[in-house]
Amino acid sequence: MKNLISERVADFIKNFPPFNVLDTKSLYLLAEQVVIVYKEKNSIIFAVDENQHSHFYLVHKGAVTLNNPTTNTIIDYCDEGDVFGLRPLIANENYKLEARAHEESILYGIPIDVFRPMAKQNEEVSVFLMESFASNTRNPYSKNQKGQLYGIEDKKETKKEIKIPDLQLASYSKKLISCSPRTTIQKAAELMTQKHIGSVLVVSKGLAIGIITDKDLRNKVISGKQPITATVKSIMSSPVITYPRKLTITQAQMAMMKSSISHLVITEDGTTNTKPIGILSKHDVMVSLGDNPAVLVKAIKRTQKIKQIKQLRKSVIVLLNGYLEQNIPLGLIAKIISELNDTCNKQVVEISLAKMKSPPPVKFAWLALGSQGRSEQLLHTDQDNALVFEDVPDEDLPKTTTYFLNLSKKITKGLNTIGYEYCPADMMASNPKWCLSIQEWKNKLSYWIGNPGPNEVLMSSIFFDYSLAFGERSLLDNMSEHIFRTVEKYPIFLVHLANGALQSPSPTGFFRQFVVEQDGQHKDFFDLKSRALRPLIDAARVLILSHSVKGISNTWERYEKLAELEPNNNELYLACSYATKALLKFRTRQGLLHHDSGRFIELEQLTKQEKMKLKRTFKVIKEIQELITLRFKVTNILG
Amino acid sequence: MGLFKKSNTNLPEFWKIYESQFKKPASKNFDELTFVVLDTETTGFSFDEDRILSIGALKIKKETVSVQEVFEIYLEQEKFNKDSVHVHGLLKHGQRVCISEISALEKFLDYVENSIIVAHHAGFDLGMLNSALLRNGLPKLKNTVIDTGVIYRKTLIKSYLVQPKTNYTLDELAEKFAISKKDRHTALGDAYITAVAFLKIVSRLREKKNFSLKMLMS
Repeated sequence: MKNLISERVADFIKNFPPFNVLDTKSLYLLAEQVVIVYKEKNSIIFAVDENQHSHFYLVHKGAVTLNNPTTNTIIDYCDEGDVFGLRPLIANENYKLEARAHEESILYGIPIDVFRPMAKQNEEVSVFLMESFASNTRNPYSKNQKGQLYGIEDKKETKKEIKIPDLQLASYSKKLISCSPRTTIQKAAELMTQKHIGSVLVVSKGLAIGIITDKDLRNKVISGKQPITATVKSIMSSPVITYPRKLTITQAQMAMMKSSISHLVITEDGTTNTKPIGILSKHDVMVSLGDNPAVLVKAIKRTQKIKQIKQLRKSVIVLLNGYLEQNIPLGLIAKIISELNDTCNKQVVEISLAKMKSPPPVKFAWLALGSQGRSEQLLHTDQDNALVFEDVPDEDLPKTTTYFLNLSKKITKGLNTIGYEYCPADMMASNPKWCLSIQEWKNKLSYWIGNPGPNEVLMSSIFFDYSLAFGERSLLDNMSEHIFRTVEKYPIFLVHLANGALQSPSPTGFFRQFVVEQDGQHKDFFDLKSRALRPLIDAARVLILSHSVKGISNTWERYEKLAELEPNNNELYLACSYATKALLKFRTRQGLLHHDSGRFIELEQLTKQEKMKLKRTFKVIKEIQELITLRFKVTNILG
Repeated sequence: MGLFKKSNTNLPEFWKIYESQFKKPASKNFDELTFVVLDTETTGFSFDEDRILSIGALKIKKETVSVQEVFEIYLEQEKFNKDSVHVHGLLKHGQRVCISEISALEKFLDYVENSIIVAHHAGFDLGMLNSALLRNGLPKLKNTVIDTGVIYRKTLIKSYLVQPKTNYTLDELAEKFAISKKDRHTALGDAYITAVAFLKIVSRLREKKNFSLKMLMS
């Protein structure tokens, strides 16, 4: 029975191989038999050695990983439109890999009984199936690749497998930017700037006859050999080095080294006699290897669609994993990863701005709040953000607010697409309460600081850890000024903030045992975030505010600053700084291991040594809380 | 109602079959329950004056929807409200096959059985269905009902500055959960959006300590 849902299913699957070659009738027949399956993040679709399902799967929304649980490696990563779980059904054997929802996903289950006869009849489908089973080259995130990450030999990695770049196809950019040989050098340079590219193909009669790169401009133009009014023909490198479509990364690297060039042109048949279809730069090769933060930053800045950023963020996680494996100091890891996350955020704002019909009416700043504001966000978590814009005359305020709210909606949606969940408490700039002019913000902040109830303290604690994600720094400085001036007027606020910092539940019980959650989904797990990290973060905030130090929002940097300001407490503060980093590293490791936020820890999984390490940080928490109680006389005033 | 309650013997056979399904106890295990997510398109908002134009529904078992098992019917109309046509795009005697109200109800009862009914702003759809049943001399639906508008609020954190709204439209839910709104304002299209939203809400609520069917109903 054809119905609206089966039509939608057919509309979707017809875009992806092998279904794209089916005739309409078979397509609809197949679509009517599909089951739509919802999978929570991290839930298993099939396990190793499980019996065959009656369906194979196509990812409609979300993403799925195919894993080898014994070596704990991801073999393949399936995105929207990718098919998985088909080979075992064709080969008539049990599942060899585990499939797990990497994100919340919606899958189409396609019945093998209906599909098999169609595949037999249609030659193109059979060929597709044979090819996809024969090559295993789609995955850039396999363990094999990871060994390559740093070029440093890891002693522990004895079971290193054969390198894959030999087989992996290099992905080249298919959007060709070209000019004719008669174009002036100046025009070509403008084109390169506008498109953010380092090379332009010179095309004549549909064939690539040469290429100009940044290097050519430097060597042949700026040096004075040619004027900028000359044609590109006078400076282009010619002929170009051409290769056919199926080029592996290794081949590409070899070719570039051999001819000491940085760009290869991909043509139909691999010679200069056919149409160019793509260009492969040294940069593309490095992105394919996915191992270098600088290359990633560049790649992120070049994206034009938010979905592309999502792909690149996967590389960020690969990088993070590698850094942790190598035991690089957390302060450094956090700096690099935060920088990459910031770049992603900035790019989302840029892309959203480009989507707006008009430029912003006044200057504005996009603020990252919470863990992102503190540059302590290593894993994907919720988004907390706010927007502030310059004051406008009263009559323009509604119109201006509407503009920025629309912009914020685009941005928060974009951030959601690249992996930041919406804030469940709606603390986001898309909420009219978090998208205000500078004067409105000042009023709100004054109110919080002047009337500190428990809620106001909670609000301000989120708000005092902010950093500029995009836009005008002066607006942010203006707000910081205002906060410090107001806090000076209402010293009682600090006492309330201090009291708030003492409210987190204790990590250990009377017998120094870990206190675990009593009920709920995380029963018997240890809540690392609220019992260990939060007390340290809250303490650092109130202490740094009491010293009127602005511009430092990172917790361990705050402690380092405090150690400098109060030499008599130097040791305690440095211990706090160390403990924060240790706990965050702990959390990140746990999060990567379980593909979640790492907040809840299963104690039984920890080694004795790890437990000792954790407990040592608790001692510091107790000491810093005592210092706060004494200094701000919390008990006297509130008791 | 008690006064007018018909004796069981006067009721048609299909109602008796429907009713008998409720004699067996429902499963205690949440994952074994069957949910029927439905949406009705109507000529307007009055339970007495207006009529159902179409019913769209789909079944969720173990977080899976079978495309073959979806329910989509269009009803013959004697009353026709011009104003709502542009919303739903359903014309009286359009090219769709339409059936009478009573056979629509028979088909629906046969489809829904004793499943748990899920709908967005369920009070309205259930009210329309119950009015139709009443008009045909039948008792009210006996199924347990979950309202996605109500359970969505349970996923939000209440804080002093940000009060959850009392009412969230299906459009807002679709936006929050990034569900395509392409087939909005067709009964089955809305039912599908509601179903995806329902699954996503449930997966978020599962993490809470008191998660149960009861919690969703309250």
